[in-house]
Amino acid sequence: MSNTTPLLQMKSIRKNFFGNQVLKDINLTLNEGEVLGLVGENGAGKSTLMKILFGMNEIRETGGYEGDILMNGEKVTIGTSFDALAHGIGMVHQEFSLIPGFTATENILLNREPQKKSIMSEVFGQRLNITDRKKMDAASAAAIDKMGVQIDGGMVISDMPVGHKQFTEIARELSKDNLKLLILDEPTAVLTEQEALALLDSIRAMSRRGIAVIFITHRLQEILDVCDTVAVMRDGVLVQRIPAAETSIPEITRWMVGRNIDTDHSGRRPVPETEPIMTIEHLWVDMPGETVRDVNLEVRRGEILGIGGLAGQGKLGIPNGIMGLYASGGSVTFDGESIPLNQPRRCLDRQLAFVSEDRRGVGLLLHESLEWNISFPAMQIHDKFLRSLLGGLIKWRDDRAIQEVTRKYIDELQIRCTGPRQKAKELSGGNQQKICLAKAFALEPKFLFVSEPTRGIDVGAKALVLQALEKFNRESGVTIVMISSELEELRSVCDRIAIVSGGRIAGILPAVESSERFGELMVSQVI
Amino acid sequence: MSDNHRPVPSAGDGIRGALREFGLPRIIIAAFLLLMFIIAPFTGVNFWSQITNVTNRFSWNAVLVLAMVPMVHSGCGLNFGLPVGIIAGLLGVTMSIELGFTGLASFVMAIVIATPFALMFGMAYGWLLNKIKGGEMMIATYVGFSVVSFFCMMWLILPYKKPDMAWGFEGTGLRTTFPVDRYFGGVLSNFLKIEIGKLVIPTGALLFFALLAFLMWAFLHTKTGTAMTAVGSNPTFARAAGINVDRIRMLSVVMSTWLAAVGILVYEQGFGFVQLYNAPFNMALPAVSAILIGGATANKASITNVVIGTILFQGIVTMTPTVMNGLINLDISEVLRVVVSNGMILYALTRKAEVTK
Amino acid sequence: MSNRSFSGRKAAHFLSSNSVPIMFILIIAVCIPIVGFSPAFLLNEIVTRLSRNAFLILSLLIPIMAGMGLNFGMTLGAMAAEIALIFTSDWQIWGIPGIVLAMIISIPISAVLGLLCGKILNAARGREMITSYIISFFMNGVYQLIVLYMMGSIIPILHNNIKLPRGYGIRSSVDLTRIRKALDNVLAVNIGGVRIPLLTILIIVLMCLIIVWFRRTKLGQDMRAVGQDMEVARAAGINVERTRLISIVISTVLAGIGMVIYLQNMGDMATYSSHSQIGMFCIAALLVGGASVDKASIGNVFLGVILFHTMFILAPAAGARITGNEVIGEYFRVFVSYGVITVALIMYETKKRREKAGIGEQLAAAQREEGKAHA
Repeated sequence: MSNTTPLLQMKSIRKNFFGNQVLKDINLTLNEGEVLGLVGENGAGKSTLMKILFGMNEIRETGGYEGDILMNGEKVTIGTSFDALAHGIGMVHQEFSLIPGFTATENILLNREPQKKSIMSEVFGQRLNITDRKKMDAASAAAIDKMGVQIDGGMVISDMPVGHKQFTEIARELSKDNLKLLILDEPTAVLTEQEALALLDSIRAMSRRGIAVIFITHRLQEILDVCDTVAVMRDGVLVQRIPAAETSIPEITRWMVGRNIDTDHSGRRPVPETEPIMTIEHLWVDMPGETVRDVNLEVRRGEILGIGGLAGQGKLGIPNGIMGLYASGGSVTFDGESIPLNQPRRCLDRQLAFVSEDRRGVGLLLHESLEWNISFPAMQIHDKFLRSLLGGLIKWRDDRAIQEVTRKYIDELQIRCTGPRQKAKELSGGNQQKICLAKAFALEPKFLFVSEPTRGIDVGAKALVLQALEKFNRESGVTIVMISSELEELRSVCDRIAIVSGGRIAGILPAVESSERFGELMVSQVI
Repeated sequence: MSDNHRPVPSAGDGIRGALREFGLPRIIIAAFLLLMFIIAPFTGVNFWSQITNVTNRFSWNAVLVLAMVPMVHSGCGLNFGLPVGIIAGLLGVTMSIELGFTGLASFVMAIVIATPFALMFGMAYGWLLNKIKGGEMMIATYVGFSVVSFFCMMWLILPYKKPDMAWGFEGTGLRTTFPVDRYFGGVLSNFLKIEIGKLVIPTGALLFFALLAFLMWAFLHTKTGTAMTAVGSNPTFARAAGINVDRIRMLSVVMSTWLAAVGILVYEQGFGFVQLYNAPFNMALPAVSAILIGGATANKASITNVVIGTILFQGIVTMTPTVMNGLINLDISEVLRVVVSNGMILYALTRKAEVTK
Repeated sequence: MSNRSFSGRKAAHFLSSNSVPIMFILIIAVCIPIVGFSPAFLLNEIVTRLSRNAFLILSLLIPIMAGMGLNFGMTLGAMAAEIALIFTSDWQIWGIPGIVLAMIISIPISAVLGLLCGKILNAARGREMITSYIISFFMNGVYQLIVLYMMGSIIPILHNNIKLPRGYGIRSSVDLTRIRKALDNVLAVNIGGVRIPLLTILIIVLMCLIIVWFRRTKLGQDMRAVGQDMEVARAAGINVERTRLISIVISTVLAGIGMVIYLQNMGDMATYSSHSQIGMFCIAALLVGGASVDKASIGNVFLGVILFHTMFILAPAAGARITGNEVIGEYFRVFVSYGVITVALIMYETKKRREKAGIGEQLAAAQREEGKAHA
């Protein structure tokens, strides 16, 4: 194999997102029929790399990439996904891209239907050609056959089990005659065990036909089962590329999470050994993409507890479920009394607060002033910033008090803005995040959930946000549960860290434990 | 909503930003109206009687336009279902007259009787709109139509007897139109009326509107009013802050419906006639477009928008025909009204920023 | 699951998804004995109305296929047809040639109006119905401007008998007596006292065949794809905007032709109001036939015309019998039309919401089971 030109070469690929270097000098080669397993933590750069290869809009809109991509030794430019398809690159995304009311066959050949000419099309143009159903059936049958998994071409997508939808997507890529390279982005996440096995078989079958496959998954066993080569990414760097036969799961895990510099833990306070303030038992949460299955957890009074884990494993579902934003069940006891679930108001009344990971969707009134954003929950829940008129009959908004408190937090959190009346949408991500924190602080909570507090904000703002949280915890004695996908961030702030895997708590360790231990927990129950 | 949380224009934006925010169609409409006022004296039309006309029409319609505000604030969009409230108002009028009230009492009683109907209809209508979040406007339109056409039958069937309203001796229902000068015609307009030459100002009606507008303004400054604005701005945010979104939306619909009921009474006292049957069909669109012309969007509306919008819209529909008539002897008022009002709504619908929540 | 409960559920599903037609059948079944019309009379009326309206309603099918909902903008096509008929009557071209010419003239006008409407609807994505509804009002204003003020002053009108006495503008009624039923009378046959306008029926059947054929073309396939998921269609390289635009243009043109057929049957045209309610009645009829905002078939069209118009014929007479007042029946049928549209819109929106919630519910149920197992 080595004496022929490789099918794909990526040379010195770099990518900047708003000054944030997410890919640093990636070099990757792939031969015909080779199956490459691509692994790494969330945010390691896997998906960005694949988006570049498949010419997704997002890349172009954010200023393109640097470096060269060569197919069969020739340099190609991939500006759009149509370019990628023309070069024989296909991709199956995590989200299905299927027409629900169409049959599998119609979806497989969407916009590439074999056609027959007719008199009308001679006169009025190609689009009045008749679609040739017989040829469509044949073409889709051939694609399904190539895949090696049997699905019914005549079945309507909306009637299909999830796995068959996934296979329909794969068959669509296979039906493209020039397909040389197929990217599968976490295809087994939605499959049952049997379906996943069938998929692995079909990957082997594709490989035998000379189609190269890039296979992204968190299930490391699958990588070892099916891949020729494993590539591990971390922090935008390709840290390891090794034949699958020469490695093992613990080794891969180490590469995934291992850091060169370990955090300095010398100035750290001892883990608080206080009684639990919140006890969570058998919690399930129906949050799409972040399902929580059965979580049991105790949060100690006054600590900062971190919750980490890979994306989609359910860590975000925990605060969202307890705070009533998504349907949930189980039991939660706070300060000795149980909290009714699915009622946001009841949690807020008990002085719990939540800073959501979805700043723009849940966290902010984008079109309103900072004043409103900061004061609103406190006003509605604790009747703060209101003046009683007519003996309490009318609760009048006290704009002066609102302005005062807003100014206070603008100073305290160093929020960069033109004044308390600027609209929230006009601020940068970091400053928006500080507004969200101020909103929670203004509630004067006893207990605070903070979800992904540093997602999408620059380094300077990150440090400020984390400091503010630490200060809030130390000075006001507020218990904080911080959810983050960045393990290092959790390790720098938290006392203990719980790792969620497969919708369950895989384990709780003191923050000073080694990265490897956390890494093992992360992949332990992945589904 | 008061002006105290309008955006602070940053230095770079300047006048162009402000103009863009105001929107081209509004500028055209305002400029056109200004032009009409300038031309008017040259066509032999009396300027002061024109001002009187516009003021009068403003005083009739402003409350109906004000009725748009609560639903816009709570994110239910433009209330195309205004006829639901109008019907409640019409029930109030007809019953008040049937019960034999006259003068101011008939007006007050009309409001009193209309209120429970408005609350009832508003609650049913609000319940429905909570079931179909996202599709409010189209369904509101047709709910309005269904209610109006249902009441077309009711006006025939209900046992009204008062000869001023019912058809002669046959006893088969109410007339299509009947005058209210013996009842409450002009009760507001003639109160403290100011007459200076050709200029007549319906002070009472304007004060009545000012009172309702003040109450609305005040409401939006209370805790619940603040919650209503927040629900319209971002329902998920409001829910996360412990607000019962459905209840706030319901409240806004009930308020809007009640204002529509009162609004039609104010309209009738000024206009001097009660119009039944198909008339309420055509009441929603002018009110919707008036508030849009005033600078409101599908989820932002202030009292200022109501005042400016009603003046501009009523100005256009009363001034243009008289001026055009004087100028080229052509009465295109109807066409103009239709094109301007619907054009304005189309403009708002096709602008992404204005409608998406 | 037992067989019986399964068939029971199927029956319940059938009832709930066809509740509107079933309700209408019940109303009609109650009204017929009250009114006491002879079957021949009733059948005659139904055939007449079927031939008069079916083509117009068929024009609604294609935008539904393209996911643009009920095309309230079909009124635009009706206006185009009326303008065309004003010209042909002014030029005094009568009979079949007049009808054919009117159809030909209406096509470019409809196409331009449809193009405009489609462009606006593409800008108002997700709010197509309310927008198309407002467009029909807006265009009504423009139509009045043209017909009432520009015709005879700017646009040459030869004959005074269709002009207003003031010298410009068209009278509120245009006499189409000389093309009245010109189409219907060709090949008309009489079967058992029921007069069947065979040519018109043939044209309608032809149109149905064209629609069936159209569904199988590449364009039809693209439209169905766009209608179900715009983003997926776009990702597959289908030009979504253009496809949607074409669907509206086709619908408007067909509505124009349909309106000519409608008016030749009526033999009289109310210049300023004929078009204004036609959209509402056509949409109501289609919905009565069991169609929904996102799904409609040719079968819905015919069932709808028959049920809706039977109700139309019966309502005034039934109203007169019951309450002694004929007007009430007329109000009743307007109420029913609006009511049907309202109910269909509500069902569509609630279905959309239920589908969204459905996935969540399934998950919750699965976890509830699991939760129980752990508890």
